[in-house]
Amino acid sequence: MKFSNYIILIPALALLAGSTMPGCKPGKAGSSVDADAAQKVYVAPGKYDEIYTFMSGGFSGQVAAYGIPSGRLLKVIPVFSQNPENGYGYSEETKPMLNTSHGFVAWDDSHHPELSKTNGEDDGRWLFINGNNTPRIARIDLTTFKTTEIIELPNIGGNHASPFCTENTEYVVGNTRFSQPLDNAGNDVPIDSYKKNFKGAVSFVKVDKETGGMKLAFQLIVPAFNYDLAHAGKGPSHDWMFFTCYNTEQANTLLEVNASQRDKDFVMAINWKKAEELILAGKGTKIPVKYAHNVYSDKTHSATSTIEKETQILDVTKFPGLVYYMPCPKSPHGVDVTPDGESIVASGKLAAVIPVFSYKKMLDAIAKKAYDGMIDGNLPVLKYEAVLRGEVKKPGLGPLHTEFDDKGFAYTTMFVSSEVVKWKVDNLEIIDRAPVFYSPGHLSIPGGDSKKPYGKYVIVMDKITKDRYLPTGPELSQAAQLFDISGNKMKLLLDFPTIGEPHYAQSIPAEKIVKNQVKFFKLADNKNAYAVKSEKETKVVRTGKRVDVYMTAMRSHLAPDNIEGIQVGDDVYIHITNLEQDWDVPHGFAIKGANNAELLIMPGETSTLKWNPYQQGIVPFYCTDFCSALHQEMQGYFRVSPAGSKVPIKFSIGVNPVTQ
Amino acid sequence: MKPTTRILIAAACLFMLTAYFLPLWHINLDAPQYPEGLEMKIWLNGLTGNIDQINGLNHYIGMKFISEDDFKEFKILPYVFGALTVIGIAAAIAKSRKLLWVWFIGLCLFAIVGFTDFYIWEYNYGHRLNPHAAIKVEGMNYQPPLFGYKQLLNFTAGSLPDTGGILVGIGGLLVAAALFYKPRLSLNHIK
Repeated sequence: MKFSNYIILIPALALLAGSTMPGCKPGKAGSSVDADAAQKVYVAPGKYDEIYTFMSGGFSGQVAAYGIPSGRLLKVIPVFSQNPENGYGYSEETKPMLNTSHGFVAWDDSHHPELSKTNGEDDGRWLFINGNNTPRIARIDLTTFKTTEIIELPNIGGNHASPFCTENTEYVVGNTRFSQPLDNAGNDVPIDSYKKNFKGAVSFVKVDKETGGMKLAFQLIVPAFNYDLAHAGKGPSHDWMFFTCYNTEQANTLLEVNASQRDKDFVMAINWKKAEELILAGKGTKIPVKYAHNVYSDKTHSATSTIEKETQILDVTKFPGLVYYMPCPKSPHGVDVTPDGESIVASGKLAAVIPVFSYKKMLDAIAKKAYDGMIDGNLPVLKYEAVLRGEVKKPGLGPLHTEFDDKGFAYTTMFVSSEVVKWKVDNLEIIDRAPVFYSPGHLSIPGGDSKKPYGKYVIVMDKITKDRYLPTGPELSQAAQLFDISGNKMKLLLDFPTIGEPHYAQSIPAEKIVKNQVKFFKLADNKNAYAVKSEKETKVVRTGKRVDVYMTAMRSHLAPDNIEGIQVGDDVYIHITNLEQDWDVPHGFAIKGANNAELLIMPGETSTLKWNPYQQGIVPFYCTDFCSALHQEMQGYFRVSPAGSKVPIKFSIGVNPVTQ
Repeated sequence: MKPTTRILIAAACLFMLTAYFLPLWHINLDAPQYPEGLEMKIWLNGLTGNIDQINGLNHYIGMKFISEDDFKEFKILPYVFGALTVIGIAAAIAKSRKLLWVWFIGLCLFAIVGFTDFYIWEYNYGHRLNPHAAIKVEGMNYQPPLFGYKQLLNFTAGSLPDTGGILVGIGGLLVAAALFYKPRLSLNHIK
């Protein structure tokens, strides 16, 4: 009997085993590291990288420059955030850079670096970057790697769809992620009056061809959606700018759900050339606003901040032909234009396909009025089928951003399925896919959003690092992966940590930037009001409670280095001119107990630290940049006397027999 | 005077005149932290190059600041050299072998006096160091080489003729050639 029981058990066990078979854990898609990876990313000591990659710092508010293919961090360029390491935003000269209509805002959330372009190609002159939080656009001069201009944008909630530029950098744009009532519209309204009172404002910032100087030219008042990203047309589509919009449901609460209801949101196409003509024809309406415009000069080594009081707007509903909407599946994020300017690729982050729109078909649809309804009464929505060139089928989950190479391929990041997908631009067929680690946002190919991509590499920036590097507690760095895309298959070469949270990055062949590098500032050209060009001119001047110290720095002494007659409660301004005229000889300046920061002063530059001595005593100061063999000797003392003391202003430096 | 001699003199004069447009000599300084090198070029009438940087470094060892104004030579040299060249031209015009000799000897003296003067300057800069200098190395002097290379602490100093100097040198050789080179007579003629 017992035996028969076991016999019954056998088929039962077999059935059980069989039923578990499909439940076997499927193998993971392994990452394919190129066999020659080490050789391809190895940049021998003393050799330069081939590419500069500029990554935004995200919540760090800065920009970081990396060398590719090595992934070496070259420099963190302070932009929107104070940087105590070199005094940016702390020195009297640079404080005005961070002024806004909200006062001094010494941080931001920097998202999208954008290289200036000439004829649709990266020209290596300037790098623009948006501040998402306090809406701003900054311009970095790539000859000095310094932030030289910051313009605030009024009427905007979060400047996310920014600072993408037109084909010849005629304009850089900004648009709101958080629609809000216009600044001057009487803002005390119920939040749930969103549909009635809130607006978007597409800002066109004119860029001077020669100087790069920015000016808010006009703003187009558009429906209250969330404007996410943008790219300009090029070649045939030169006159157009494309923005993605989500939350076309116009929800004002729990957007996670309420802004994800419609099957399609939009790509908004704007004819900026037409808008420019209307403004030139005087059709703009001037409205009062308040925004800061901050400009840094390499001659005075100082910034000025001006509060502007007016802007010009165009209500797009009053000017037909300015704005058209192309339906785009599910909450589109990135919008990217192919190098030939003929196709517009939009990535619906919740969509199962990547739609590719045709610029030609868009013009036809406009001509034939192939409309699928109107927004705000008279803004045409074009028929999806009428503007669609085709769809990339089954690309993966969560498509976000696309860049292009020099061989007719497109590369799209998939946030949810953590991969990069390579597809052919002409037939929209998927060629290859590669896992990334993990959850990629943007990607960058050198020249990948320009008319002439350089190709060769793609750098993918990921939001989640987890187990990729040695752990550093709960807070981990972000990750970037470098792929070789010169062949048919993408080959993983390198994985490296980044500073802050890079959103977008732009990459450019190094020679376009190296050739224009400034090595030091000419002392003779220094127009800073407090500059001293030789040690003989150094002095200390008291004006009431203000004391100005005109100091010089030179290997290996600060002059003067014995300063007396400072009193508790004084406002002491120490203006230091670095007299060196050689590359890579900055001097630092630091005062014991200073409540702000130290300074790094480049050769030929003048920089000022404000210091408020609060107690009497002897206070040392010194150079913080190991400048020379006798750097440790580069020091001095302040004597701080009680307020109202009779100690006179006195300053000196020992006789230097050698330089006499 | 043979036409070939006169052609040689003319060519020599042309080479000599480049001294007014090109640097004669240069001193190069290479160190690990100066991969691009520092350079001082010596012209007939002055100095160019990274003089400020070189002075900046020299203050550590107490070397006197190099200043163009200290050299009276630069005020005189253009005239002396010009006068010598005029003698050469005169020799060619007057077809005078005697003048050619004068020119040649003049040039030789110019070279000897010039190099001696250069050596004395180098010696003084290299030896007369301020006793209060920050860096003092027992028994060390910083005299750059008259010709060739020498290691001075972390710097390799090189002293070599520059384009103008080389061309003037060639000019000098041509003068010598004009004086001493006699074309060999053909064998036929001997017969």
